[in-house]
This record gives sequence, structure tokens and C-alpha cells, in this order.
Amino acid sequence: MAEIIEKLITTDEIKTDEYLVNIGPQHPSTHGVLRLLTKLEGEIVHNVEPHIGYIHSGIEKMTEALSYPQIVHLTDRMDYLSAHMNNEAVCLCVENALQVEVPERVKYIRTIFDELQRLASHQLWWCASGMDLGALTAFFYGLRDREDILDIFEETCGARLTLNYSVPGGVMFDIHPNFQKNVKAFITKFRKKLPEYDKLLTDNIIFQNRTKGIGILSKEDAIAYGVTGPTGRASGFSCDVRKHHPYSAYPYIKFEEKMGTEGDSFTRWKLRMDEMWESMNIIEQLIDNIPEGDFAVKMKGVIKLPEGEFYQRVESARGEFGVYIVSDGKKNPYRVKFRSPGFSNLFTINHIAKGWKIADLVAIMATFDLVIPDIDR
Amino acid sequence: MKSFFNYIAEIFSGIWTLLTGMKITAKYFFTPWRNVTQQYPENRDTLVMYDRFRGEVIMPHNENNEHKCTGCGLCENACPNGSIEIISKSIMTEEGKKKRIIDQHIYHLGMCTFCNLCVRACPSDAIKMGQKFEHAHWDRSTFTKVLNQPGSKIMEGIKE
Amino acid sequence: MAFEKYDFTPITQSIHQGLIENVSPLLTTIIEWTIIGVLYLLFIAVFGLFLVYAERKVCAAFQQRLGPMRVGPWGIIQTIADFIKLLMKELITPKSVDKFLYNLAPFIVIIVPFLTISVIPFAPGLQSLDFDIGIFFVTAVSSVGVIGVLLAGWASNNKYSLIGGMRSGAQIVSYELSVGMSLITMVILAGTMQVSEIVELQRGGWFLFKGHIPALIAFTIFVIAGTAETNRGPFDLAEAESELTAGFHTEYSGIKFAFFFLAEYINLFIVSAMATIVFLGGWMPFHFGDWAAFNNVMDFIPGLVWFFLKVFGIIFLIMWFKWTFPRLRIDQILTLEWKYLLPINLFNILLMATMVLLGWHW
Ligand code: SF4
Ligand code: SF4
Repeated sequence: MAEIIEKLITTDEIKTDEYLVNIGPQHPSTHGVLRLLTKLEGEIVHNVEPHIGYIHSGIEKMTEALSYPQIVHLTDRMDYLSAHMNNEAVCLCVENALQVEVPERVKYIRTIFDELQRLASHQLWWCASGMDLGALTAFFYGLRDREDILDIFEETCGARLTLNYSVPGGVMFDIHPNFQKNVKAFITKFRKKLPEYDKLLTDNIIFQNRTKGIGILSKEDAIAYGVTGPTGRASGFSCDVRKHHPYSAYPYIKFEEKMGTEGDSFTRWKLRMDEMWESMNIIEQLIDNIPEGDFAVKMKGVIKLPEGEFYQRVESARGEFGVYIVSDGKKNPYRVKFRSPGFSNLFTINHIAKGWKIADLVAIMATFDLVIPDIDR
Repeated sequence: MKSFFNYIAEIFSGIWTLLTGMKITAKYFFTPWRNVTQQYPENRDTLVMYDRFRGEVIMPHNENNEHKCTGCGLCENACPNGSIEIISKSIMTEEGKKKRIIDQHIYHLGMCTFCNLCVRACPSDAIKMGQKFEHAHWDRSTFTKVLNQPGSKIMEGIKE
Repeated sequence: MAFEKYDFTPITQSIHQGLIENVSPLLTTIIEWTIIGVLYLLFIAVFGLFLVYAERKVCAAFQQRLGPMRVGPWGIIQTIADFIKLLMKELITPKSVDKFLYNLAPFIVIIVPFLTISVIPFAPGLQSLDFDIGIFFVTAVSSVGVIGVLLAGWASNNKYSLIGGMRSGAQIVSYELSVGMSLITMVILAGTMQVSEIVELQRGGWFLFKGHIPALIAFTIFVIAGTAETNRGPFDLAEAESELTAGFHTEYSGIKFAFFFLAEYINLFIVSAMATIVFLGGWMPFHFGDWAAFNNVMDFIPGLVWFFLKVFGIIFLIMWFKWTFPRLRIDQILTLEWKYLLPINLFNILLMATMVLLGWHW
């Protein structure tokens, strides 16, 4: 006995073993089928290795057999929370390739839908990360308010999640007569709800302790890893496509690119909350000024892109979403590549989660806003 | 001494933020009439879907059991996943000319993604989106539907 | 006093008398033990199920939902149906678990509430063990539960379980201290550890009011530490769903899982009951100064009702915590205990002792 105590006192460190834990593919906090092979020592994360491919659906390959309007409909299934931005990206790419100028009305409608979609996505992100951090009630409040946006979507385009609202040349239907009224009602309502979100979580001392100073992603790393969207902006990397490469109606409006400096979980959180306010401002600027006109230009029955390579990027709710189409002049593309924001964002996780605890890993993942089909495609 | 006051202030501000959070949840607890739950099968009669809701593809028929489908097959081509199959047949018109008309407009509800592309493609507005959403069924074969009703004819005056 | 008519002592006495006159003393004891055992068993089963139902309804109301509505009117037999389902489920023992410890753990966990509940006076005369060290007994026995949790975590041979078990161990060992100390604060005020005596002493006013500031601080600490001790609310690290899937009971199924589940809820009841007894006067009705009329009305409500009203009040408070706050991290939980609760508690004991010494309480 005395010897053991002696040994314990004299050795500087008590030897511990690292062990591997598979977080996922079936795990409540990975929001889908992501597998994180985590090396832990006690509670401390030593290494995280993301393994993807569990929900790989071969969308890029499938597109090679589809016509362009059909590709648009398929992009709903990637980042299902930014379905409209994905649709729009493909549509813009096709329109640019054919040099079709869409009516002003379409641009306005698309932009309003973009921002509504961003609001819906951020609401779901807010509530789901609340749940990851253990505040289950937040989850229901977020879903409750998101429902209003989905109703607006449904009224205009008939679907709630997989919108397929943009089509090459315009949008599928004109906006519903109630659209403007409902959007304005929603914004008035949501402006009262957002401070509530803040009171429930953002200001909460437990929440702040869980996120402040945790999982810091520096600006250099953000650029090096190609991190975009709110996650990149929280690290001070100005990467808003809406600002730098404006498309649709974004050139016509004034808005602020929200930026953070710290790059920790809390900044990422706060930035998305601020973005919700900004989205509402954008919608308010547009909603009353939708110009009259057609909601789509007449396109040919079979859309054929000229030979060449085309790229279009948009700002989805998670970051820069890019569509790269190689066409050989036929009605199907030769090759399509989607640049999904989640993929680049996810792979920083090993870099920034090292040395933190498992609970922090969950918090970091929550503030990264991962959508697995977006990563896996 | 200063750090001691900080310590005390920290405790009180922390407790305060917790209490504001509790106030929010309490507000909803004590206002049960704001509940958002819908008792679904019970409120079936009061549910109204938006008229643009994309629930299934239907082919409206008029009172004479006539539809507008010419059997052109454009919807079949527009569908991204092969949910529509058009089977046409040849008939003799009164003038003695051969004419191809629709025999069966087969629609696989189980494969459909409700993308609305077929409806957009149809030149004669023969099909549209229905609002029915309760499609669940025990038997998969019921998801394969023939949209043109038996014995139905094409409406007068529909161009091919 | 009026509420004396709700005293249960005559009933228990008459049963005892009846038995002792008819059968031998040994048999009397055995029969009495059996009756008490069956009563507690029934109480724990029924009350546990009820608490599960209450939790689901309360949580639903916080989240603007309705909660279970299908099984029975307003879903009242939902939990019974769930329990039957759990009973019928297969008891899976994973391949490489430590079989003995794995099977032992749920029983250790469920034994604790059975032991602690014995000292709780539900109403005048409705208490089975009236120790003179009642409070001490509760704190001592309630710490046995952590052994079960640790065993479950260790024996399951699952890394999630292990982390959960270890977290729970660290957490409960720390918070035991706070629970004990806040009880000691009140023991100083009461001058006794006998539970019935403590309740009796609050006839003139609940300790929460009698002991004002230090009692209030002790009460706050007790509720926080009690929440932590029952592994609930923002302190549910041992089963942190979003991190460890189900923590220490990941590998348990069927009735063994139900044991963990039930024990959690009964522990919740016991913590609330202890808070009620020590701070809120147990089954004593609420009296206000010398408003005789008001006090008389209060006296007409039976002690049993009073007791459960207060217990539910505190249970609601703890549920409210759970459904509002995000979860803490393990090091933050320990920081909260060692950096905040413990020093405050020590200071509080000093304050209370000074106050009692100088007679500054009412
Ligand atoms: S809605 Fe889309 S998937 Fe369904 S049948 Fe029409 S084109 Fe095909
Ligand atoms: S439904 Fe329309 S598109 Fe399809 S075959 Fe008939 S007429 Fe042609």
C-alpha cells in the first residue's frame, strides 16, 4: 500500500489511455448520419475524424441524366433547409449560360424567398442547437415560429420544404395574392419573437459559459479551409456572396454584412441571430416594391446550354453554394459539381475541437449549422 | 476586495439572466390557449389545404367523363423520376383517319416527388395538382394509378 | 387545533392495538412491516407513474404542446401503458458486460428511494421511521444511489455509459456536500435532526420565514443541489442526451431501464419532500401572523393535502428549471459547486449560527 502511494506521489502524471468513440452515424447531435470518430482522453477530445458518405445519394451523377429543370428540382434534396437558394443557383447558372434576362419581378420574388428561406433555416438552426445544448424547450419555440414561414411558402408554391419554386427563366407560379400581407404580418410578429429567443438562450449565463471562447476558428484558418457563410464571417472573413457578387435583387438594396471577430461558438451564434434581423430588413425593403410584370420568361421546351463551363454562386443559409456546369451542348449537362458550404465547414472541426470537451464538441457542431445531405450530396 | 464584489455581482447577474429565461417559459406555461398542437385525425374536417398545395397529380374530368389529355407524352418526358407512363393506342376517327389517343395515363404516386414539372409541361392543361395528402396505404400497388377514368374520352376541341 | 382532527395516529394505533390483542407480538411486527412495505411499494409505483405523466404534461405546457392525449381521456393512462410495454420488453444483456454488476446496478438505484421515503412524514402520524437522526439518515442513504449509477456505467462495457457514470459520480459526490450543508444550516436553526420534531417546530411559522435571509439562501442552494443530485434539469449530464445518447443507462432495456427511470422520479419526490419538511413546514398549514379567520380556513385543509401541495410546488419548480435551461458542462458543474455553492454555504452556516446565537430569528 505504502509503495503504491509512494508511486502515486512521485510520478508526475497518472497514466491514462486514449480511447475511441464513434459519435454517430446514429447519434442525436449529429443531425443526420454523420460519423465522428473521436479520440478521447477522459472527457477531452484529442482528435476528431469526420467520416461522411452514409447519406451519399449521388446527386451530381444523377444530374448527368437529367434535363436542367429536372436538376433544379433535385437540388432541393441537398441542403433541404436552403432549398430555394439551391434552386436559384442552378437557375441563375442556366440563365447566365443562355444569356436570358429575367424580369425584375422575378428577381424581387427570388430575393424575398431567399431571405425567408434564410430565416426559416436559421430558426431551425437556433432551435436545434438549443436542443444540442440541452434546452429542449427552445426546439419547440423555433419550430413553432418556423411554421409561419413554411405556411407562406406553401401558399405560394405548394410545398413546404422541397420548394422547387425557381425554374430556369423565372419562378413557377406568381406570388399568391396574400403573399405580401402574410409576409408583413410574419415580420411584425417575428420582430417580437426574436428578443424572446435572446432572453431564453443568448443572454442565459449557462449558455454563455458553454459557448464563449470555445472552439475558436481564426480568420486565417477560415480562409485556408474555405469556410464560408456565417461561420466564416464570425471569424472575420468577409465572404458574403450577396455583397461581393450580388445577384437577383441584392444590388438594389441596402444591407449590412454582419461580421464577427472572435470566431468562437458564441460569435457564430450571435452572428446568425443578427443575420435574422438583417434578413427581415431586406425583406421589408423589397416586399412593398415588387414590380409588376411577368413571373417568368418563356423558355424553349428543351433547354440546351451552349458548350462550355458555367459557374454560379449564391449565399445559402450555410455559406457559399456554387454550381459548376460543364455542358457539351446537349440537353443534359456533361458534368455538374456542387460546391456545398457544409463540406468545407465540417472539416475544420478537428482543428478547432481539439483540446475541448465532448460537450464543447457538440456545441461547436451546433454552431456550425451542419446539414448532412449538404455535405454528402 | 474588488474581486469579491465582482464575485457577488457575477452571482446576481447570473441569477437574473436565469430568471428572465424562466419568465419566458412561464409566460407560455400559463397561457395554454396559445398552444399550437393540432389534434390531427380529429380535426380532419376543419383542415383546408392551400389551393396550390402539391399533394398528388390528378386529371380532372368533366361531367361527361371527358378529360383534356391528348396522350402527347410531354409530361412523361418532363418527369425527373419516371413517375408517369403514357400508354397510347390507335383508333379510327369518323373520317376514317388513324389517330393516336391516350389509353392509359399511368401515374406512380409512390415515386412522385411532387415537383410540378409535369403540370408545367402539359400543353393542354390536362393534369393538375390535387390537394389530397393522406396517401398512406397498406398496399403498395394502390399507389399506381390510372389517371384517365375508364371509358373517358378526350374533350372536344383540344388541339394536339 | 383544528387540523389535529386529520391526525393519522389514532388509525395506526388502532390497527396496532387490534393486531397486538389478537396475534403474537412477532406476528404483529411482521404484519405491520408487510403492510407498510406494500403501501410504500404501491405509493412509489403509482406516484412514480403519476410524476412521469405530470412531467410530460408540464413539459408540454412549457413548450406550447398538449402532451400525451391519446391513451385515456387527456392521456392519463399513457404512462401505465408505457410501463406495461416496458414490462413486456425483452431484457437484453449485452455480450461482454459484467453480468453480476450489470444486473445489480438497477436494484441499488431503486433501493435508495425505498430507504429514504421511510422517514418522510406525509401527514401527522403518517411516518414509518421517526429517527432522532432522520435528516442525517436521508443524506447518508441518498448517496448510495450513486454507486448504482457508477456500477451501471462501468458494467455496461459501453464508453458512453462509462462517461455518463463517471460524470454522475463526480457530480453527486460534490453536490452531496451542498445538500448536507444546507440541511445542517436548518438543523442549527431547528436544534434537532428528528424529522417529526422539525415539522412540529414549524407550527408557529415555516422555517423559510422564521430563518429569513440565511434560510432563503439555504433553500436556494438546496433546490439547486437537489436538482443536481437527482441528475435532472440543467444538471442531467449523466444521461446528456445530445452528447452521450442515454448516458449510464444506454445498455439497459425493459424493466431494468424502468427502474432507473422510476428511481429518478422518486428521488425527485424525495428531494422535494425534504425541502418541504425542512423549509416549508411539512404538513403544517400556512398561517399568517394573527389573522385568526384566515388561519382557521387554512386549518381546515388536511395536512396530507398541504404536504402534497408544497411538494408539487417544488417539483414544478425543478421541472421548470429543466425545461428552461441549457445543460452545463461537467467542469462548470463542479465549478458551480466548489466555487460558488460551497463558499456561500459555509458562510451561510456561520450566519445562521450567529443568528441563532443572538436570537435574531422569529
Ligand atoms: S410531380 Fe414531378 S415527380 Fe410527380 S409525376 Fe409530375 S413530374 Fe413526375
Ligand atoms: S397529361 Fe398533358 S402532357 Fe401528359 S400526355 Fe396528357 S396532354 Fe400530354
